[in-house]
Amino acid sequence: MDTNRRNFLKVAGLTTLAGLGGTAVVDRLVTGAGVAQASAGESHDTEQAALAKPGATRYGMVIDIKKFHQDPSLGEKAVHACHQTHNVPHFPDKRDEIKWIWMTNFENAFPEQANLYQNEESATKKLPLMCNHCDNPPCVRACPTKATFRYDDGIVGMDYHRCIGCRFCMAACPYGSRSFNWRDPRPFIEHINHDYPTRTRGVVEKCNFCVELVQAGKLPVCVEAVGDSKALVFGNLNDPNSEIRKILKEKHTIQRNPSLGTLPSVFYIV
Amino acid sequence: MFEKALKGNNYYWMWLAFLGFFIVVAACCYLRQYFYGLGLTGMTRDVSWGIYISQFTFLVGVAAGGVMLVLPYYIHNFKAFGRITILGEFLAIASLLMCMMFIMADLGQPLRGLNVLFHPTPHSMLFWDMCVLWGYLLLNVLCGWVILTAERKQTHPPKWIYFFVYLSIPFAFSIHTVTAMLYCGLPGRHFWLSAIIAPRFLASAFAAGPALIVVMALILKRVANFDAGKEAIDKIVTIITYAAIANMFFVCLEFFVGFYSDIPGHKHTLQYLFFGLEHHGHIYNNLVPFMWGFLLLFLVGIFLLACPRTRKQSDLWLGIGCASIFLAFWLDKGIGFVLGGFVPTPTEEIVEYYPTFNEIFITIGVWAAGFFILTILYKIAIGVEHEIEA
Repeated sequence: MDTNRRNFLKVAGLTTLAGLGGTAVVDRLVTGAGVAQASAGESHDTEQAALAKPGATRYGMVIDIKKFHQDPSLGEKAVHACHQTHNVPHFPDKRDEIKWIWMTNFENAFPEQANLYQNEESATKKLPLMCNHCDNPPCVRACPTKATFRYDDGIVGMDYHRCIGCRFCMAACPYGSRSFNWRDPRPFIEHINHDYPTRTRGVVEKCNFCVELVQAGKLPVCVEAVGDSKALVFGNLNDPNSEIRKILKEKHTIQRNPSLGTLPSVFYIV
Repeated sequence: MFEKALKGNNYYWMWLAFLGFFIVVAACCYLRQYFYGLGLTGMTRDVSWGIYISQFTFLVGVAAGGVMLVLPYYIHNFKAFGRITILGEFLAIASLLMCMMFIMADLGQPLRGLNVLFHPTPHSMLFWDMCVLWGYLLLNVLCGWVILTAERKQTHPPKWIYFFVYLSIPFAFSIHTVTAMLYCGLPGRHFWLSAIIAPRFLASAFAAGPALIVVMALILKRVANFDAGKEAIDKIVTIITYAAIANMFFVCLEFFVGFYSDIPGHKHTLQYLFFGLEHHGHIYNNLVPFMWGFLLLFLVGIFLLACPRTRKQSDLWLGIGCASIFLAFWLDKGIGFVLGGFVPTPTEEIVEYYPTFNEIFITIGVWAAGFFILTILYKIAIGVEHEIEA
């Protein structure tokens, strides 16, 4: 009897220890996706901001849907500039489609905000979609080779030379932002921009917030393309004095499917 | 022991040649795909995994199913399984090799496959899946070979092998659990985002894997003069019956959660799979026949297995019953589960997937390669058995 009791206690003790250790491991696994950064010690007023990873810079974008509704040519300009700059191919067959930024309906962009009685403008006019550059990106968590990763400044990038083409990130992305090179894209690029690499078949790609320009101190090309309209505003979400933060303070904005906890860095003014 | 695979009657060689034909066709199709890209498949940016990954998912289950023979024999000392545990272990080897082939067929850049090792990423479930699949494969090769060699020499297997035999049991559970985690940890895919996926995978695996073993055992009885024994078959059939019913219970729970809560996201995929989903005036239903086939075959199979007359009187009915269960769960997990999960897309659109002929031939070829390997492994195992008896 006594030995049984002792054995039971031993097993129970070990199991508890293992359980505690296990949760620590799981915590590490889950948070491991991001890059650890020193805290900037900034105070955040909302719960979302408190969840966000601290750091000097976190790039984000505000999209003013109204302005795209008023001037549909803005959308075309942004899409064209982006796809031109990044050598995004245009395939005749929709099954091969690759897109970094595209225009769609409100109901497709915000399916969780379904509304039986949509206003006419939302029902008929289009708005731009792109990668959300989530602060807690599920694609980065899923990638088995770190071919998709989060830069210190919050941009979610792709290493086209490391990607093995397993497409786990495409299944993981809850926004449908990722495309795959189902065939050699090069014959389908109209004008090759030699400042940005073309891709090979068999790798995934998506909007990269023009990281190559942003890190050189420039603005993303879609933002440049819409000019002074302020339909797209890009900036540092962690800087309380930035233009983007001022807009976020003044206007009511929404994010795509915030309930998933991905913390998108793209905000929409409805 | 390999020499046993080199001696066989005409039927043996004809069977291997038959499989070899499909392997060669698949190799040619794969070369086409390799040089063109995965655009030769029916996959799109909206349905980004197709029948390769769904076959992979199902076959991981078949591999894990072998543990239903290993566990009773080694843990509960159920002697009747002594002759056939090797069938389970060798089935696991063949299934895992098929899994690896399907993964390689699905990679956009297969030559970069080793990046998973060069850049190990513990927060990716695919990394862990690779670890457990390779682990389980090596364990089965080791245990199967060492135990068969000992049997041939008519000695007891060395003591150290039991460590690996016992280790292979949690590994069997882990391969299918981690495979379920590939799906059930993805935000925004409602059909997959369910805690019941892993238990459901295990239940269907523990029915489909042993069902295939029974079919194999019945075939071997006719063509290779190898009798698994009545008691062993009876016990496996009991396991299949309970596991199959558990799987259907879990399916019912999915339906209850979706339809009673009435949350659109939780219902859409089930509607799409079983009834067709209406979207902008068009009904999308290309998987509906498969899912009703799944239900029908399950009912046929479970009736044949549960009814004592059909189960005990005739090997034919028993075989048909087990084959029905195997096919039913292949339709469920090898077709419906993976393909259905992509409908609707995150942007609430519906894109249906149709595999291309090239893709289907590659798939058939991988299955043929699996059965080719399995035939050779079983030939060796049975050759050893006959040698002992002689």
